[in-house]
Amino acid sequence: MEIILISLLAFMIIGAIIAIETYDLLSSVISLGAIGFALCIVFLFLGAPDIAIVQLIVEILSLVVLLKLILKREDKDDTVNYNNFSIFSVIFFTGIFITLAYFFLKEIHKFGNIFQTFNKGEIYSYYISNALEKIKAPNIVSAIILDFRGYDTLGEATVIFTAILGGLVLLRKIGRKKDETK
Amino acid sequence: MKQNNSGMTIIVKTIAKLVIYFISVFAFYITLTGHLTPGGGFAGGAIFAAGLTLLLLAFGKDILLKKFNYSKLNIADSLGALAFVIIGFCGFFFASAFLNNFFFKGKVFHIFSSGQILYLNIAIFVKVAACLFSILLLLSMFRILSENKTSKEKEK
Amino acid sequence: MLIYILTLTLFLLGLYAIIAKKNIIKIIIGLAIIDYAINLFFILIGYQRGSIAPIIPKNSTIKNFVDPLPQALVLTSIVIGFSMLALVVVLAIRLYEKYHTFDITKINKLKG
Repeated sequence: MEIILISLLAFMIIGAIIAIETYDLLSSVISLGAIGFALCIVFLFLGAPDIAIVQLIVEILSLVVLLKLILKREDKDDTVNYNNFSIFSVIFFTGIFITLAYFFLKEIHKFGNIFQTFNKGEIYSYYISNALEKIKAPNIVSAIILDFRGYDTLGEATVIFTAILGGLVLLRKIGRKKDETK
Repeated sequence: MKQNNSGMTIIVKTIAKLVIYFISVFAFYITLTGHLTPGGGFAGGAIFAAGLTLLLLAFGKDILLKKFNYSKLNIADSLGALAFVIIGFCGFFFASAFLNNFFFKGKVFHIFSSGQILYLNIAIFVKVAACLFSILLLLSMFRILSENKTSKEKEK
Repeated sequence: MLIYILTLTLFLLGLYAIIAKKNIIKIIIGLAIIDYAINLFFILIGYQRGSIAPIIPKNSTIKNFVDPLPQALVLTSIVIGFSMLALVVVLAIRLYEKYHTFDITKINKLKG
């Protein structure tokens, strides 16, 4: 079981390296799609079928969005990078992250034992025993997002609406400044 | 007479016209049984938006803008959110708190069971489908006028 | 433990793409990779060995499920990540219309 997960994660890391470093922009967008599909399979192996459906469809839609950006505009990445400041900042932030991750990895429970967290699985047993008795819904994830924590779903609906509003404002007709036309 | 050659070839258009019905039925099924099987409002809304994206890519944006006016999509989006808030206020007036589940909870494993989850799934389905499709329609309504000028227009 | 380290490596790759790359498309790809890594990490925390997905079956009394709470949080996070990606793509379109390049070292005409 863990061998499958580790090999899929290694595939995702190789895909990420290809997506970042390649010269052709179309290839990097397609590698991003491959990472997303491998992530959907990992979600299925981890026992989350609901999440796998949403991840698959959102991955397809984000590929369409990125391809609308790239096609008919530039196709190749011919920037020259790596000045000293960027190398220094990458090493600095990676160092901070690895230090904090070391302290974190000492405290986290082992992979696969959720009863060793600091609350010993109290919230978990509350949700599982009450989802069928109080709400009578067999799908526990739906019962959580629409009954136990319904207010978070209202917040998420607001965030999507704000994103559309922002996109609509940014793509208005230019009529304000006179120095736009050559 | 100018041929209608926007969008893709005729094979893609014929298949898209057939497949959209199956995609819609699948999206409704996943939404309506969201409290029994994996799925729910988010998955169903995303699948329906992907089906409409298939129509947009196959037929071009002019034909689709005649049916789906951009203001109609905004109205559908707002109606979904309004239905969510109204169901929440029903819980506030007839029971103790906002979004309290006071509706009729029938027997387990039936489709009309478990209170407000079914109605909220339908509201979330309408909202998410309208929102995700309007993002894609916004990106394709954008038009580059020419190479010399740097101004652009957004078609309505 | 190795799985957590691999997930954090994916996060670090996305962070590297945001910091050190000079093309806007590569920065957007780094943002998407960070999004994937965070969602994966949440679901990894809630996994229990030898248990099934959190759907109660019809006529049996199986009681060991995977933790359903991180899945409820990730479900909204995926859709919000897509909205964020769409907004950043709209910004990139506007920048290209004004400067005709995706290179961020040439986007420096900040006028008052």
